[in-house]
Amino acid sequence: MSLTKDAGHLFRFAFLFVVAFAVFLVVRHFVVPKSFGEYGHYRGAAIGEIAARPLHYAGHETCETCHADILQMKKAGKHAGVNCEACHGPLANHAGDPSIQPAKLDTAVLCIRCHAASAAKPKNFPQVDADQHSGGIACETCHQPHSPAIQSGGTK
Amino acid sequence: MNLDRRHFLVMLPAAAIAWKYVLAGTPEASPNYTMTDHWWSMLIDIPKCIGCGNCVRACAAENDVPEGHFRTWVERYLVTDWHMESPEVISPDGGKEGFPAAAEEANGKYFFVPKLCNHCTNSPCTQVCPVGATFITPDGVVLVDQTYCLGCAYCVQACPYGCRYIHPEKKVADKCTLCYHRITKGLTTACCENCPTGARQLVDLKDPSDPIHAFLKTHYVQVLKPQMATGAKVFYNELDGSVR
Repeated sequence: MSLTKDAGHLFRFAFLFVVAFAVFLVVRHFVVPKSFGEYGHYRGAAIGEIAARPLHYAGHETCETCHADILQMKKAGKHAGVNCEACHGPLANHAGDPSIQPAKLDTAVLCIRCHAASAAKPKNFPQVDADQHSGGIACETCHQPHSPAIQSGGTK
Repeated sequence: MNLDRRHFLVMLPAAAIAWKYVLAGTPEASPNYTMTDHWWSMLIDIPKCIGCGNCVRACAAENDVPEGHFRTWVERYLVTDWHMESPEVISPDGGKEGFPAAAEEANGKYFFVPKLCNHCTNSPCTQVCPVGATFITPDGVVLVDQTYCLGCAYCVQACPYGCRYIHPEKKVADKCTLCYHRITKGLTTACCENCPTGARQLVDLKDPSDPIHAFLKTHYVQVLKPQMATGAKVFYNELDGSVR
């Protein structure tokens, strides 16, 4: 057959192509992660890995399982909606091991973070000019942070 | 059922596709958590924000956010009279240590705008990734697979909200995960947990009992840059038109 007589080079080329494709498939099998494409064009296992990152804030529900007394006090006052770690800081390590003591807090820094007077703040939010308001007396002398309204009798 | 060979062969690929969808709904490692039951987002109530910076600090502590970079930050706007196109915006250190006291402005208004990833349904950032390292999960959170990211920063440029950055040590894209490691365990995000006024609320749009549904019915709510059709899911209550 005159048609196939000189076709050898075509078959060699086709053979090379098939081999290259097979190599591509083998390499691809090893290089593409197992879970790639599980949910879309990404590595499905990444979702689980990100979900497994460590916690730093335990969450107020965790705090309340032990500190129910504070919860009761807080519930009645204006700070009912302020969660524990908003002032106390991240305490997941304390929740996991109660022998780890949280750092002592400084009300002179904490209270003013929210309550320093500024015209930029919503008008209905309680704000004070600290120097004018207390003249340097510590906030907790009059206001119990867990229930900040001034109690009769002054301190606590 | 009589199945001849021809029909059986036709059914094979159909069955394979169906099985793929069954697998796609399989929950991930977290027990009692089914991704397809949730569609996460956030509500930001502008009139409640006092600019204390608690969210920024909490985010940094929870997620080890590198110094000088932000997954969430707070901006303070001052809009004078009718000058909506040129508001004065400040965000010192992302609002991490709060804001300087502002004097009363007779002819303008102040307000705070907390910002974070909008976890867009049709996000430009995930579309431009050349390697499939960033994606939206079946529960609606835009994440970065940092083991797969090349650090090309294409997504950083693509985000219309400036919510991504290249991690200075890891040299890969980093961004808000909506505290995915918390919300999959039934906790709220670090920023919402630590917001003292409730200005930030984690929202599950697929949960019919979520208060967001009642809120959306009774309030005038906006997303950022709606004209970009990104499908942004962070809802802002009483958002001023000057916010970009």
